[in-house]
Amino acid sequence: MAIWLDKNSKVVVQGLTGSQGQFYGLRNRDYGTNVVAGVNPRKAGTDVDGIPVYATVADAVKEAGANVSFVIVPARFAADATLEAAAAGIPLVVTVTEHIPAQDQARLYNKLKDEYPNTRLLGPNCAGILSPGKANIGFTPTEVAKEGPVGVVSRSGTLAYQALYELTAQGIGQTTCVGIGGDPVPGTSFIDVLAAFESDPETEAIVMIGEIGGTAEEEAAEYIKEHVTKPVVAYIAGVTAPPGKKMGHAGAIVMKGKGTAKAKMEALTAAGASVAQNPTEIGGLVAKALGL
Amino acid sequence: MDLFEYQGKQYFARYGIPVSPGDVADTVDDAVAVADRIGYPVVVKAQVQIGGRGKAGGIKLANNTDEVREHAGNILGMDIKGHVVHRLWIELASDIKEEYYASFTLDRSKKLHLGMLSAEGGVEIESVPDDKIAQIRVDPTIGLTEEATREWVAAANLPAEAVEGTVDILQKLYTAYVEGDASLVEINPLILRPDGSVHALDAKVSLDAAAAFRHEEWNEFVGLESRDEREREAEEKGLQYVGLDGSVGIIANGAGLAMSTVDIVNQVGGAPANFLDIGGGANADRMVDALTVINNDPNVKVIFINIFGGITRCDDVANGIVQAMQRVDLKAPLVVRLDGTNATEGHAILDANKSDKLIKQPDMLNAAKEAVSIAGGN
Repeated sequence: MAIWLDKNSKVVVQGLTGSQGQFYGLRNRDYGTNVVAGVNPRKAGTDVDGIPVYATVADAVKEAGANVSFVIVPARFAADATLEAAAAGIPLVVTVTEHIPAQDQARLYNKLKDEYPNTRLLGPNCAGILSPGKANIGFTPTEVAKEGPVGVVSRSGTLAYQALYELTAQGIGQTTCVGIGGDPVPGTSFIDVLAAFESDPETEAIVMIGEIGGTAEEEAAEYIKEHVTKPVVAYIAGVTAPPGKKMGHAGAIVMKGKGTAKAKMEALTAAGASVAQNPTEIGGLVAKALGL
Repeated sequence: MDLFEYQGKQYFARYGIPVSPGDVADTVDDAVAVADRIGYPVVVKAQVQIGGRGKAGGIKLANNTDEVREHAGNILGMDIKGHVVHRLWIELASDIKEEYYASFTLDRSKKLHLGMLSAEGGVEIESVPDDKIAQIRVDPTIGLTEEATREWVAAANLPAEAVEGTVDILQKLYTAYVEGDASLVEINPLILRPDGSVHALDAKVSLDAAAAFRHEEWNEFVGLESRDEREREAEEKGLQYVGLDGSVGIIANGAGLAMSTVDIVNQVGGAPANFLDIGGGANADRMVDALTVINNDPNVKVIFINIFGGITRCDDVANGIVQAMQRVDLKAPLVVRLDGTNATEGHAILDANKSDKLIKQPDMLNAAKEAVSIAGGN
């Protein structure tokens, strides 16, 4: 079993007619993802490599039965596109777009929470979600993944890919790899993903990859202590990052002494997680946790 | 993007927040002209983006032309914690009865806006005890109502005469924060004057660069920021770069991996010269740009290229490195770690283009050790 994305997911790509949307939408379909629709009000009635394009997400839901949306549109349109998917009743929206203004992210998060509580947003600025052997939405390279018992959750895309690679190199596969994104106001938190992996019967261990900025990892550590029985292997990037500097991701910044990697690693260690000192160690620590 | 005080005050003024009359000056003569125009006494303030200006002698009161001339001459060119003063802000001096603190920023944990107000201003807010700071969480879909503002000001225990002015400024400050796409707005101190008026005596504003597309008025701020020359060059080339002080140049793909690379170089006893995320499409042009920026850094003794191929294929990256080596006259050797998609093909391409300046290492830890050993650390 995988979490949130599987063979039954019917994906609409908001942005399928753009160059990025087409590249990743078709790449995801080639992997086996059931991409049923694209959306573009000016190109309704056309198709992209056989995938029908509708004017609105609501049409894609009604006509093609879409139940997951992949939002890959420019930053200034991405918050509205995400809301359109939620308003159309889509339960899972994956928004990969980077550089959405933080004020828009804050409004989007609270509007979804108040008005569309049944919609889960992954992202923004996330790598997507991959359930190996079943379906993939977003940028995650499927070549480095395989089916198996480990759930992976990460703010960073490349570090998630590296973790998949290290696991696969040890012969350990994955249930689902979830990108929650590197922005200051993510729609889905580590805790949401940890809870889903904890209740997924096929997930036997969890890899959690955090980075500097905010306190989401410390909150996750509290949750792990109280609610997670499966082994957790964690890695935190940015141990030696200078304070007050944004390290690539909008959310990766140590401000006024808050959000340091050290505090996160200490909290996770205290919660019983095994903390890797570098990404390469992740594979070995998971193998140990699984008794392999 | 952090604003200077004078820019912050101009930004506040656009939203109707009262600030002192004043103007900028880049020379002693300009400073005198500004002071003569606005009237005495004035405060001569160094414009640098670092705290502790007052203690360093960068803020002085002047009662007449001669004093302005003296202070402006001393402050221009002054080095305050590594920031050289090139510009002054001259403003009419205010009589101060009391000093407060006010700010808005994002509470990332609660995903709401956080307002902070304290009757103890004029000092670092970190040194004010929590029970002396009144906090408010604002849902961005609702906004800051006048009623909520009044309750918040009451919780801060400001004197009655300061209440109306503070309520008004806080509502305008919230609008400036939200509509102005700031990530931080801070007034420290917010002052009460003997006549009962409330007024912003300082301005600290950080803008969210992601919102620049809807703020044409920000164009005037571009290029004025006090920043690392290397960071300026990298930004022009569209690279995510942070300058550091060491000798190991770093190029990685993805912000997470780049942070992780900086960490591992430190862990094995080296000192990174920079953080650089080359992004997803690490093609030859991007690699040339990245290597050019790092090559221009005189401290760099070795360049560590750490690539994990995902959708970016290692053979494409290897071709990019080979082409970049032909186009950039590198001073320092490259230590390259390629892993992930098409790593074997990537290594074959590097092997076919042998060079004394190109050293391969199969994994991140050994590559970091090799780079640090070349740089002379460890």
